[in-house]
Amino acid sequence: MSTTTVNQAPDSQSPYGFWPTLRGVLQQKTALAGLVIVAFFVIIALISPWIEPYSISEASCGVFEAPSRAHWLGCDDGGVDMLSLVLRGGRISMIVGAVATLIAIGIGATIGVLSGYFGGWVDTLLMRITDYFLVVPQIVLMIAIAAVWGPSLSHVIIVIGALMWTGTARLIRAQVKSLRERVYVKRVEAVGAGHAHIIFNHIIPQIGPLLVANTVLAITVAIFNETALAFLGLSDPTAVTWGTIMEHAFDRAAVSSGAWWAIVPAGLSVAFLIMGCYMLGRSIEDALNPRLKVSYLSTHFWRLRPLVGRGPDAL
Amino acid sequence: MRGAGYVWKRVAFAIATVYVALTLNFILFRVLPGSPVSQISRVPNASPEMKKILTQQFGLDRPLWEQYLLYLREALHGNFGISYTNRQPVLDNLVQAFANTIPMVAAGTILAIMLGLTVGVVSAVRRGSATDHLSTNIAVLFYAFPTQFMGMMLLIGFAGVLPSAGMSDPFALDATAWEALLDRLKHMILPVTALMLTLYAENALIVRSAILETLGEDHILTARAKGVPRHRIIRHYALRNAMLPIVTMVAMSLGAIVTGSILIEVIFSWPGIGRALYTAVLKRDYPMLQGGFLFITIVVITFNLIADLLYYKLDPRITT
Repeated sequence: MSTTTVNQAPDSQSPYGFWPTLRGVLQQKTALAGLVIVAFFVIIALISPWIEPYSISEASCGVFEAPSRAHWLGCDDGGVDMLSLVLRGGRISMIVGAVATLIAIGIGATIGVLSGYFGGWVDTLLMRITDYFLVVPQIVLMIAIAAVWGPSLSHVIIVIGALMWTGTARLIRAQVKSLRERVYVKRVEAVGAGHAHIIFNHIIPQIGPLLVANTVLAITVAIFNETALAFLGLSDPTAVTWGTIMEHAFDRAAVSSGAWWAIVPAGLSVAFLIMGCYMLGRSIEDALNPRLKVSYLSTHFWRLRPLVGRGPDAL
Repeated sequence: MRGAGYVWKRVAFAIATVYVALTLNFILFRVLPGSPVSQISRVPNASPEMKKILTQQFGLDRPLWEQYLLYLREALHGNFGISYTNRQPVLDNLVQAFANTIPMVAAGTILAIMLGLTVGVVSAVRRGSATDHLSTNIAVLFYAFPTQFMGMMLLIGFAGVLPSAGMSDPFALDATAWEALLDRLKHMILPVTALMLTLYAENALIVRSAILETLGEDHILTARAKGVPRHRIIRHYALRNAMLPIVTMVAMSLGAIVTGSILIEVIFSWPGIGRALYTAVLKRDYPMLQGGFLFITIVVITFNLIADLLYYKLDPRITT
């Protein structure tokens, strides 16, 4: 296979390869912490129906009852156990976040690759569209669309996904543009490979790690937007998500009755999940960006940019 | 010469974007299923005659392109219709609400930028130190808090101490101008704090990495070698170059500021444009919703244009 030999040499130098990136990511404590947090929430979401202490639809204690031995996180306005609600709420919140992100990344990556790879008028047209979506205040457009269509979970997913792709498109376009100029891509093109072959075998594997980082970071925005839309009453009011839990609490005057336990668990869950995703995504990005590894102005030691090698054996 | 061309290009793009937003606004509320008349005539005893009269009155019997031209003409004259809820022209409502929003959002944004800049610079310069770890981790945590959560926590924490709803004390009848201003400022404390806390974190993280990137450049090494004092390197060499990504960041975060202000206005019952949009959704006040969407879009596009031009002023190299 001649293509594999062509492929291998630049791969081993490229900072964007799969294995070097993974190694770079796992060296960071933040990445591991983020991974543990995200994994924790995913597992909770998967097993929640079996570990919920009470029913999520029937009252099991008093209205806004404070946390106690029987109800660790207290109860909401209908006497439903908070712990059970929060455990269950993560499921739909995460599904909404993940599906919306996949839609957004799909659109963004497609537009970015097409635009960066083909250039010319394709690039101009696609980037004009991207510029437009970048400028329009998305949450306002989301509110307008969700208000016209009516509140529903699938609308929320579609609206978030269809409006969140601009950052990805720009990032991927820049990467693909620079990859396109690499010698090995030129060479494969000269040997007669088709566009589809080059894109799928030589471009996409190279932008893979970047795409993963972007996906993980985009999930935070999607979950954020879901809670915002739910808070404004545009999500399905019957679905139990972290967003609707907070909305219910605000709506039923949890604030003025001082029932912080109706708000804090859901809010903190969102915050920790987002923090985990952010730490993980950022670590992948840092592993991909060699410029961040050098600083000529550190307080503790004076360090030169290494000319050869890395770590202790750098020259 | 090329510079002037760049400025015109940005202005032309901004105008084109406003036009697309106008058109989208038309399509969104008209082409989507459900005729306005079938909604209105959901009253019992709505006769076919009444429906016909309504259709004629609203000009819905005319072809779509004619409706579109009419809509464009009225929009350019500042006529966005009459609000269903208070029977006032939509534009008047929006302008008044926007005037209430500006001081609150401006104060929150400026404070967030100042705090973010300070925290970001300090942690970049003391990279790897305990200060850096602490401030970065706190920033990530604040970045992760949903806006409404932060607002509600502030409400619960300070409900008795500071005014928690509205913009002024409705019982202060014969207050002097000074007292009224003081009252307004007191009402601003909580919403401004909430906005600042939700926005500063992202700013701090972006400033930190922008400065870190700049500190790795060769001209910093040269400055060190020349014996330029530390504070001068930071202020004149690193911060200046890092201004570019920071300006972009502020421009990009306009959307987030709008979002944040909608949630904050709802939580603190601030009678601003975000709350106007929220009540329009709740009351199905479509003229207000439509007008509000357009109004906010135009405001954001304008600020983006200003940021673009500012960016050009900071870095004239970007003419392509």
